[in-house]
Amino acid sequence: MREGNAPMTPQNQHIVKSYDEELKRLTNAIVEMGGTAESQLAQAIQAVAKRDSELAGRVVRQDAAIDHLEEAVQNQTVRLLALRQPIARDLRDILAAIKIASDIERIGDLAANIAKRAIALNQTAPVRPVTAVPRMGRLAQQAIKDVIDAYVEHDAQKAIAVWQRDDDLDDLTSSLFRELLTYMMEDPRSISPCAHLLFIAKNVERIGDHATNIAETVHFLVMGGRPPAARPKHDTSSYVVVEPPEEGALPQPGANGCNAGGT
Amino acid sequence: MMTAAAAAIEPKPPVKVDIRNLDFFYGDSKALKNVSMPLYFKNVTAFIGPSGCGKSTLLRVLNRMYEMYPNQRAVGEIMVDGENILNPKQDLNLLRAKLGMLFQKPTPFPMTIYDNIAFGIRMYERLSKSEMDGRVEAALRGAALWNEVKDKLGASGLSLSGGQQQRLCIARTVAIKPEVILLDEPCSALDPISTAKIEELIDELKQEYTIVIVTHNMQQAARISDYTAFMLLGDLVEFGETAMMTTKPKNQKTEDYITGRFG
Repeated sequence: MREGNAPMTPQNQHIVKSYDEELKRLTNAIVEMGGTAESQLAQAIQAVAKRDSELAGRVVRQDAAIDHLEEAVQNQTVRLLALRQPIARDLRDILAAIKIASDIERIGDLAANIAKRAIALNQTAPVRPVTAVPRMGRLAQQAIKDVIDAYVEHDAQKAIAVWQRDDDLDDLTSSLFRELLTYMMEDPRSISPCAHLLFIAKNVERIGDHATNIAETVHFLVMGGRPPAARPKHDTSSYVVVEPPEEGALPQPGANGCNAGGT
Repeated sequence: MMTAAAAAIEPKPPVKVDIRNLDFFYGDSKALKNVSMPLYFKNVTAFIGPSGCGKSTLLRVLNRMYEMYPNQRAVGEIMVDGENILNPKQDLNLLRAKLGMLFQKPTPFPMTIYDNIAFGIRMYERLSKSEMDGRVEAALRGAALWNEVKDKLGASGLSLSGGQQQRLCIARTVAIKPEVILLDEPCSALDPISTAKIEELIDELKQEYTIVIVTHNMQQAARISDYTAFMLLGDLVEFGETAMMTTKPKNQKTEDYITGRFG
């Protein structure tokens, strides 16, 4: 977990000191949430890669901590809005905290869901495509870390970099999707673990999307508006169709039903 | 999130008053330094800034109220409908009828409610009793005061509450059909309910008049104005759309002031 008291960009202090303290507490809560979510994701991915059900169970239980932090952020922001009637930078700070907290809370839920699926996966025989998951996990983890750094440092450039790098994660998701479909068609016994892996991949990809949401919020916080252009979308898995192998090559004729498309 | 780009697409309304390179002197001391800004037709412009920044001075220059005091002079141009009102040949009574002014503390005349309104009208026009009755009613309705005073038009203006007195003064201003209304902290002596009534009234008045308001209440400026000018030590630091000024001011000094920071 990162230090929670990293300084913002040089900034004059409020005349009312308690206002500064409340805003700082808000920032620290966000940083703590980000650090917790990042570590939850790392452990969930490790539980998948190492087939560690005990670790997975811990991740599921720890999700409540992020929920509690989000609730604390909500309460603090309501209080700040009601008491301070913030405008300009203060208003952007507080709005950003609300939005980022809800994105991180979702990241926590998705990490917990990965952990749940890890427990299910561990009850089936290992499948090879699992090896792609740690790579995706590392990308998502880096995105969370960088975007929270961008938030703390008020660095719009760094946020934009996270926003643009999400393409890599989308590409990995699409290729894993394709690979998993092929596996399922070749061996129907792999359908159960592969289906879980599909959701795990989708969860990691969604975590990347939440990181890009946070990047957009950081851009708003620093620049007062959204990033200039729309982000190019690379996740094409929604359109992927894999043709089944030749009739005779199928282990069981019934496996035809696995075709993800409708060709 | 409101983006700067979306705000910029809106066409600018026509300019009613154009202040150009205005300097103002109290004896030898310069109170306004090269101030230039437009006041848009049928829009509300707020002047904000700490005490002594020149915002009330600027308001007083707009209808040449300063001419009532010795050793005060303005240099530059204030174009109203294409004519420079700083021209020595300008008829001051006509100017002050065209640019009506309202002060911090309500200033009803020590006469009846009816005469408070009729007094100003009689200076410019000769009306029959029934025409005058109509004008008084219209002015009181325009200031959202009619229903509260219609049964006691013969009572003294001073018998009204502070908020009612301020609305009586607005009615008096509106009665002589001005084009611009200058408000110098009109709510600073009023309770929240009277303040809300004045704010509601300003919202209605801007359908017909160009309005300028000096206020120390940032939230009030944010609520009721379309454009905001931030002044500091006689300089116009920033002028722009209120929506932008209150979410992402361009100038650090503006942001420090409106968020209550040490500058």
